[in-house]
Amino acid sequence: MARKKDRGTPEVNSGSMADIAFLLLVFFLVTTTIPNEKGLLLQLPAKPDPNQPPPEVKLNDRNIFKVLINSEDRLLVEDEPLNDPSKLKEMVKEFVMNPNNDPTLSESPQDAIVSLKNNRGTSYEMFITVLDELQGAYYEIYAERAGVSPEEFRNLDLNNPEERAIYERGRGDIPMAISIAQPSK
Amino acid sequence: MSKFRKKSNTKQEIPTSALPDIIFMLLFFFMVTTVMRENTVKVEQQLPRAEQIKKLEKVELVSYVYIGKPTETSVYGTEPRIQINDVFIDVKDIVQFVEEERSKLNEAEKNQLTISLKVDSEAKMGLITDVQEELKEANALKVMYSTPQEIDLD
Repeated sequence: MARKKDRGTPEVNSGSMADIAFLLLVFFLVTTTIPNEKGLLLQLPAKPDPNQPPPEVKLNDRNIFKVLINSEDRLLVEDEPLNDPSKLKEMVKEFVMNPNNDPTLSESPQDAIVSLKNNRGTSYEMFITVLDELQGAYYEIYAERAGVSPEEFRNLDLNNPEERAIYERGRGDIPMAISIAQPSK
Repeated sequence: MSKFRKKSNTKQEIPTSALPDIIFMLLFFFMVTTVMRENTVKVEQQLPRAEQIKKLEKVELVSYVYIGKPTETSVYGTEPRIQINDVFIDVKDIVQFVEEERSKLNEAEKNQLTISLKVDSEAKMGLITDVQEELKEANALKVMYSTPQEIDLD
């Protein structure tokens, strides 16, 4: 009986605990990814009903802002070649808002439509660059009206009533009318 | 002088008994913030960068479509291909894929399905337009072009 007492309390050897934890850590670092769901959101138009005739749309030519990209990634904006896509944002903003009531620009922000047409050979990179500029123009218009920065406007949480109110105030009745036309074959 | 000598007697070792706890904390952080890799991407993924990005809130409502040049060009050729869940598919199979993805969601979320297109920047718009037409056919109208944030240089 006396002998048993001499053994003392049994202890688990915890010296290698750090190594085991490191191993697990490395395993998780290798097999997992940090979810990164960021990108340009786009709402596609619904497919037209084949049983119904296509609605006749009467659009004034001045209300359409035409952007064409050819297979060599060159831009044709409102029938004029444009070399620098970063100028598009300012052009779209001016076209949509038309602050000086220029007769060549849109009648009102509600009527304005931005039409983006690309060729089948257009590179995806160029398409994203242009789409980014077009969406950026609209976000800047919205943000200006709401009195926040464009970045804050994009990250508004629509489930939060307060932030939703800011969103509604910025967006108002101006739709983000970016139409992506069928490419020419 | 004796004062200084005393100091040199102090222990040089860093206590390491708290090391496992620190590592476990790191481990739990990574376990919580990351998700398991679901499939191996077999196409090139050099995503173009954009500024006007939005963040998606609900990751479970997102389905991924990868488009790009296959990495194993000797087996699959150099033409950009569409990859879904570890396999290459044809453009016309997209409708079926969308239906399958939609059936996994519950009734209230069915129309909120978002398709995330992860497209290599060298892909041509012809293929992407075909994919978009099929998505319209499948009535999956919420599309996201996945792009990392552009680092502003100015």
